[in-house]
Amino acid sequence: MTSLPPFQTVLDEHSAAVMAILQGAVGRDGAEDCFQETFLAALRGYPKLTDASNLRGWLLTIAHRKAIDHHRARGRNPVPVAEVAEVAAEDGIPVPDGRLWAAVGALPPKQRAAVALRYGSDLPHAEIGAALGCSPEAARRNLHEGLKRLRKELA
Amino acid sequence: MKTETAIARFKAKAAEEGLLDVAYTTADSPFGPLLLAQTKRGLVRVGLPNQDQDELLVDLSERVSPRVLEASAELDEVRRELDLYFEGKLERFDLPLDWRLSGGFRQRVLRAINRIPYGQTRSYTEMARKAGNERAVRAAGTACGSNPIPLVVPCHRVLRTGGSLGGYGGGLPMKQGLLELEGVLDGESKA
Repeated sequence: MTSLPPFQTVLDEHSAAVMAILQGAVGRDGAEDCFQETFLAALRGYPKLTDASNLRGWLLTIAHRKAIDHHRARGRNPVPVAEVAEVAAEDGIPVPDGRLWAAVGALPPKQRAAVALRYGSDLPHAEIGAALGCSPEAARRNLHEGLKRLRKELA
Repeated sequence: MKTETAIARFKAKAAEEGLLDVAYTTADSPFGPLLLAQTKRGLVRVGLPNQDQDELLVDLSERVSPRVLEASAELDEVRRELDLYFEGKLERFDLPLDWRLSGGFRQRVLRAINRIPYGQTRSYTEMARKAGNERAVRAAGTACGSNPIPLVVPCHRVLRTGGSLGGYGGGLPMKQGLLELEGVLDGESKA
């Protein structure tokens, strides 16, 4: 059994990825609340976690659920993001322009999360699958469908 | 939205919900950086400048709880009392202590050490006797060496019979410096 690292280490290593994914999944306005919910849920359950080998996937799964909760609470409305500023991201993750952002925000939840995980956090299909709780093939399919829809929307 | 702001808000909420099983921070001292860690019961660990802070945090994660978070404001009072102590303005710490990292005989030795007044010293033999086993001098020495809360539990006040310094987890120069601060040794004396 791998022992659990101090939670601060988990926070240091993965907070940027969680924030990037949440911004992609729910937009900037909802991301902070979802971020707090994600890490509180993670901290509550942390001592009982039996497998520390994929902490990132575990956190992203929680983040994904919180993003879905967020959309449910708002009646799955697309996130208004017209005012997103076009500035370079500090963490090297490019900030998409407002139109692309809005289109990503309007995708169905699984497609939106797959797109955000792939292009926001640069995760491989297997890890996207782990984060979404589905197979790598299903992750690839969600990503593919999401991209297809984005191309159509933005064409 | 800055991630740091979100982290700060998450930690404030975690503290509010009682999820900070181990809160820690680092503090400056005349001897170098210290690690300070506390639980809801009290101060549980003081890491001295020559100890690896990452290792200490991993140890706390394994032995106390993995809910270990940097939370400097939670340790304001500990830092304040230590600062005063290093300035020579505080002789008795008034901090709740969490003894859980030491058990049995060791804990009895450390609790006896905790009653040695400022500016005084005792021998390892006396500490063994106070802990209930006069012959366990070596074990008393080990208990001092494994003191998880040095400085506040003043194991630097325990010397060898005859007055030589003995050992110190933070290194002998630090032990000497602390005894000089408390006026037990003058700067000229040699161990």
